[in-house]
Amino acid sequence: MKQQPILKVADLSKSFGGVHAVNGVGFELQPGETLGIIGPNGSGKSTLINLITGFVKPDSGKVIFRGQDITGAPPFKIVTSGIARSFQMARSFSSMPVYKNLIVPLYSARARKLKGGQYGDRDETAIHLLEEVGFERDSSVPYKLAGSLPHGYVKRLELARCLALDPEIIILDELFSGMSMSEVASILPLLERINEEGKTLIMVEHRLRELFRVVNRAIVLNFGTKIAEGTPEEVVAVQEVRDAYLGSETEDA
Amino acid sequence: MANVSYRKERIDRGIKARTDDIFAIASLQETLYLLFPRLLLIVPLVVFPLLQGIIGAYWETVFLIALVVTLLALSWDLLASVGLVSLGQALFYGVGGYFTAFLSNYLGLPPLISIPLATVSGASVCTLLLYPVLRLRGVYFGLITFAIPLLLMRTIEATKILGGTEGISGLAPLPGLTVELYVMVAIAFVGVFGLRRLIDTDYGLVLRAIRDNDRSVEAGGINVPWYKAQAVFIAALPATFAGAFIAHHYQVVGMSAFALDYSVLPLTAVVIGGPGSFAGALLGAFVLVPLSETLRQFGTLRVVIYSVILLIFVVGLPEGIFRFAQRKYQQFERLVPMEEVAKE
Ligand SMILES: Nc1ncnc2c1ncn2[C@@H]1O[C@H](COP(=O)(O)OP(=O)(O)O)[C@@H](O)[C@H]1O
Ligand SMILES: [Mg+2]
Repeated sequence: MKQQPILKVADLSKSFGGVHAVNGVGFELQPGETLGIIGPNGSGKSTLINLITGFVKPDSGKVIFRGQDITGAPPFKIVTSGIARSFQMARSFSSMPVYKNLIVPLYSARARKLKGGQYGDRDETAIHLLEEVGFERDSSVPYKLAGSLPHGYVKRLELARCLALDPEIIILDELFSGMSMSEVASILPLLERINEEGKTLIMVEHRLRELFRVVNRAIVLNFGTKIAEGTPEEVVAVQEVRDAYLGSETEDA
Repeated sequence: MANVSYRKERIDRGIKARTDDIFAIASLQETLYLLFPRLLLIVPLVVFPLLQGIIGAYWETVFLIALVVTLLALSWDLLASVGLVSLGQALFYGVGGYFTAFLSNYLGLPPLISIPLATVSGASVCTLLLYPVLRLRGVYFGLITFAIPLLLMRTIEATKILGGTEGISGLAPLPGLTVELYVMVAIAFVGVFGLRRLIDTDYGLVLRAIRDNDRSVEAGGINVPWYKAQAVFIAALPATFAGAFIAHHYQVVGMSAFALDYSVLPLTAVVIGGPGSFAGALLGAFVLVPLSETLRQFGTLRVVIYSVILLIFVVGLPEGIFRFAQRKYQQFERLVPMEEVAKE
């Protein structure tokens, strides 16, 4: 018995010059599901996310969110409708204190409707969100300039920005890259909890063991094309996947 | 040991001190501490227009020009706060001037109406004009803004519209220099303190975030082009006002309103005074304008001296006069008792 999918991506394509970064990729996602996107570097994972979230306009294909066509809509509109994302190349608002970074999403039309997004509550909400992603509340870190943060913290700040928007779908592009093992270990339970709360998760990740703790299904990209889809076990078993990607990656994972 | 710890504390407290602002006015000492630098800005500007008999009309006019550059510089500083580097403040200035000339001469409106109307409608038109290029970043936006006023100037010259090279004259006069100076001083204060407040609100924070990293702002669910357009509109207001006001002061507006001076002077004023503080725009304008007037007697050497002074500021004091003074003032005056240091 299938519900109506929360997200439906159909035949998305995008070329940069001669490079087919994403080539006819499609998948469906049920509400509350968790999906992993894996594939070698340059296989089009980030581009696929950019296409879904409006940061890059597709050459062809459709993105349907809760039955609505959001293909090529401006990013802020897609965020407002309920899809938040993090960036692989995370950058903070370096000239302001860390917690003030979160005032920006909290000021958005979407967050202002939420509890804690109103004027006067935002600073407190921001501190609370930072705490949730593992910033120590009583330390001076939230009040430091964001430009001075180590990379792992910037990644967590990215996650906090997504949470500030209380989205229905969270898309995380290599959240774990640049994080230490212990940082990843401390974030994993949070991701599991977010999913238990009913949020749909899409994660691009190289660390398969950690990824498969969170997601129950994965698609594999290679040269912009989807070469496999299924449960973690199914995906890893496909020979083409092993050849294209896992052969080199699993050894050092 | 005590000295070392509270110096560091001073610098770190910047963030909290701001939110404390309202509550800090508890003791007389605190009040004076907060008031003194503001009075240092306000008192000279309020007193100067009264000294006309002593200083003479020439320097009063220089004072007026400094106020014009202040408004253009405030405008520049707000644009820079959203990451838009303008090389064409003359656009706003000229549009304000021509709009009020039209409203005054062709519609017969008095300055009391034509100036505010020209300010708002001029700012709207400039915003619409710049909207398509707001997505351009850094030097590209700068180049476009640099080109537009020059383009308008040549268009007026070639097509002879809007009075051509002669300009439009016979604008309704203003009530006299003293009143004019006070109106400009008042507007400059509203600009400096208003914008300082604005940039500190959550709204202002979003604007500054756009400068830092517009992609993340967009990912935060904020319509970046729309916010940029709002910032351009707000930034255009003081500048179109200045243009409209001065048009009535001289009772004429011409192509020279789009001249390069009105683009270069505000930018330089902010560099001298300190970007991002708005008070720096005012300080910079009041250093730069009298200085360049004084340097006139040096003839061509003026340019050399002028460049050297600029160089000194860009290299030696990139934070500008205002932030430098602010830092020194806070470090020197605001000694924090030891238990407050211990609390951190
Ligand atoms: N903005 C862009 N301009 C040109 N080429 C791009 C752009 N973004 C991505 N590409 C190219 O598209 C391909 C896929 O890149 P990407 O989506 O970043 O892969 P992944 O995230 O899987 O490492 C690469 O060949 C990359 O060079
Ligand atoms: Mg990538």
